[in-house]
Amino acid sequence: MNYIPQINRRTFIVSTAAVGGGLMLSMDIPLGPHVVRAADGSPEVNAWVVIRPDDTVVIRIARSEMGQGTITGLAQLVAEELECDWSKVTTEYPTPGQSVARKRVWGDMSTGGSRGIRTSHEYVRKGGAAARIMLVQAAANEWKVPASECTASNSVITHSPSGRKTTFGKVAEAAAKLEAPTEITLKDPKDWKIAGKPVKRLDTADKINGKMMYGIDVKLPGMLNAAIKDCPVFGGKVKSFDAAKVAGMEGVKKVVQVGDTAVAVVADTWWRAKTALDALPIVWDEGPNAKVSSATIAEALKTGLDAEQAFIGNQNGDAKAAIASAAKKVEAIYSYPYQNHAAMEPLNATALYTADKCEVWCGTQNGEAAFAAVLAASGLPANKCDVHKQILGGGFGRRGAFHDYVSQAVLIAKQMPGTPVKLLWSREEDMVHGKYHPVTQCKLVGAFDKDNNLTALRVRISGQSILTAVRPEALDNGKDPATFQGFNATGEAAIGYSFPNLLVDHAMHNPPVPPGFWRGVNINQNAIYLECFMDELAHASGQDPLEFRRKLMAKHPKHLGVLNAVAEKIGWGKPAPQGVFRGLAQHMGYGSYVAAAAEISVEGGNKIKIHRIVGATDPGFAVNPAQIDRQVAGSFVYGLSALFYGECTVKDGAIEQTNFDTYDSMRIANMPKVESIVMPTGGTPWGGIGEPTICVAAPAVLNAFFAATGKRIRSVPLKNHNITFA
Amino acid sequence: MVRLTINGTAHEIDVDPNTPLLWALREQVGLTGTKYGCGIAQCGACTVHIDGAATRSCSLAVSDAVGKQITTIEGLAQNGILNRVQKAWLDGDVPQCGYCQSGMIMAAAALLKNKPKPTDADIDGAITNICRCGTFQQVRAAIHAAAANA
Repeated sequence: MNYIPQINRRTFIVSTAAVGGGLMLSMDIPLGPHVVRAADGSPEVNAWVVIRPDDTVVIRIARSEMGQGTITGLAQLVAEELECDWSKVTTEYPTPGQSVARKRVWGDMSTGGSRGIRTSHEYVRKGGAAARIMLVQAAANEWKVPASECTASNSVITHSPSGRKTTFGKVAEAAAKLEAPTEITLKDPKDWKIAGKPVKRLDTADKINGKMMYGIDVKLPGMLNAAIKDCPVFGGKVKSFDAAKVAGMEGVKKVVQVGDTAVAVVADTWWRAKTALDALPIVWDEGPNAKVSSATIAEALKTGLDAEQAFIGNQNGDAKAAIASAAKKVEAIYSYPYQNHAAMEPLNATALYTADKCEVWCGTQNGEAAFAAVLAASGLPANKCDVHKQILGGGFGRRGAFHDYVSQAVLIAKQMPGTPVKLLWSREEDMVHGKYHPVTQCKLVGAFDKDNNLTALRVRISGQSILTAVRPEALDNGKDPATFQGFNATGEAAIGYSFPNLLVDHAMHNPPVPPGFWRGVNINQNAIYLECFMDELAHASGQDPLEFRRKLMAKHPKHLGVLNAVAEKIGWGKPAPQGVFRGLAQHMGYGSYVAAAAEISVEGGNKIKIHRIVGATDPGFAVNPAQIDRQVAGSFVYGLSALFYGECTVKDGAIEQTNFDTYDSMRIANMPKVESIVMPTGGTPWGGIGEPTICVAAPAVLNAFFAATGKRIRSVPLKNHNITFA
Repeated sequence: MVRLTINGTAHEIDVDPNTPLLWALREQVGLTGTKYGCGIAQCGACTVHIDGAATRSCSLAVSDAVGKQITTIEGLAQNGILNRVQKAWLDGDVPQCGYCQSGMIMAAAALLKNKPKPTDADIDGAITNICRCGTFQQVRAAIHAAAANA
């Protein structure tokens, strides 16, 4: 694809913003007849589609590409309805500033919660369909024939009775002047030719030759580089620093304080800025959290396991009474640690501030949130700010709800008006100033009657709430509904079992370590808690783990569907190869049903070789099965890295892990063979892909480890149990 | 001044000789395809070839690269023709975010130079790069495909 983020995209904003409303479809009322033009002068047929005279189709993408393939998937959906030639498709990002100027014509830019495709598929498809209708109408007008006699296919419009033909590029100018259609009928997905197919990604060519531009690669004329150090103790501040000590070092231009908590060195190159920063004496006021440690946090969470006060997430029947009268009880306590997103590209943003304008170039999962951060930090109004989104070197949630790195870049640039400054965090800074996967502990109790029937499940989660820290307006009378992901009665993260009596609640405790949305979010730990404990209950009652689950899943056919699919493919119920043991898990998140089955062997009691892991996903509709397959394989890497290695510990109020030597990540040698089953069963709403399957990797492997060794692991990562990859 | 030979071209670079090669490549020479990931030779995003050997440029001083042939991802294709590893990567749709892939491709290209038909164990031993997107399954398939195309 030709997509290379270009800084001269600014001219595009000016030219389109100047027109005001322009032709907008799906999200706004079309105003016509002004033609809105892209930077190269090509007409916008509508906000989603620009067609160049050479028939190139430029599809606008509002969501952010961070590896998950959203650019390709969204373009497939637009192209499907547009009836264009897929080989002529290229894509570009509109800027948030442009979006604001055009009344959010592109809708939400947020790219998290596996929402990129599932929450915008309808309006982007309508955008493609509307553009096709206008292009056909323009051709019909030129030929003076009814549009109903014309059809579009592969970027060619044909008048069937006469056989006349023209191309999209030839009629785009005329189409752009037409009123947008009000009646749009979308194709039945069974008729899809581009969407639903395993087409190749549009962004690969520049990712194999070093040409792809990430935020870290941005270079502007006269640009300087900044390295930053924020107080390593959460809640601490800068007390003083001795700029004179480094002022004479090679390349150093300025030492600046950034807000109350950080100091940055600005130099001609980043390496010189970082070298000077390392030599800069800084005294911190460590604040109230200087004594916080992992042990103090764990102690506090432990009290929550039996606390009286808790928010109820899901209940039916009377679980407490059923447990009190049980013939047999099974009880277990699990826990899950802090983890850093550790995207391969460390956080960075480039800012240019002048008295009347502030622009930022950065990777972001949410252009509008980055834009809001620029407004707040610069103090300038929306019409004087913009954000130029770059391809992300990974996001995983770190670049979505949080734009601390953007605010910092603007605060630095503000102290050097007229000079563009690129702020890059070192890996060490990235590791100790994460927005961490929250910590929780979980106490589960299962009750059986005298006939070995499960009568109740009681789940008490104790720990941190992300929404309290990040989006308090989303709390429900103090309750964080996201805590119960995968335990809910209904919705996009519903539990897949019917228990005669159920109580799931949450005792909230919020340590001073900032939590964030970490790819998969709360299903990561909730799937371990529920699915490992289901395995415990099956074994405690002498039942096969698959059969035990199935008995409780009659009213959950889609959960059961994915579970059955992985069980069949792994060969559940048939003998495994010598020394190989199996484990299962299923869960629901982000509207998708997912399951995994793993085959492992264990050497010496503590070295795990994962031979195979089968993953099944039912997202309702599959826009690109080849990319889903890759997301599933990649999700298992993310989930297994977390299982074996992922933990950030706290000492003296700061995170102890500072780089990949202490925060390891899985390598190719540990990669199991992943067999992915994509099994869309339709329905609404659509499910997401980027996150759900992460959560079933760990419980499937932990359950297989129990089958192999008889040892039940209830806290992760496995390195703390001296368990490693073989 | 340090004189480096990068992708067959000599460059005079005004830089402290202790500067890591990675930063000289990115900031002085302007070759940004080589990526910074950790700075401590753990992740492999900065992998280049030094006289043909895969080397982590974040932990190599420019003074140690003087007089050697440095090849970066930008120099892997010859006369506009993709290296067979790049071709296999393109055919196999390997990258996700792509950030680690320059280093991954450079490590794979060096492996294939030494072992034209690598086994899975050879791949496990030679490719120690971190990929947080988790492209390993496609990476392994692409290395075998590139070997088959030799």
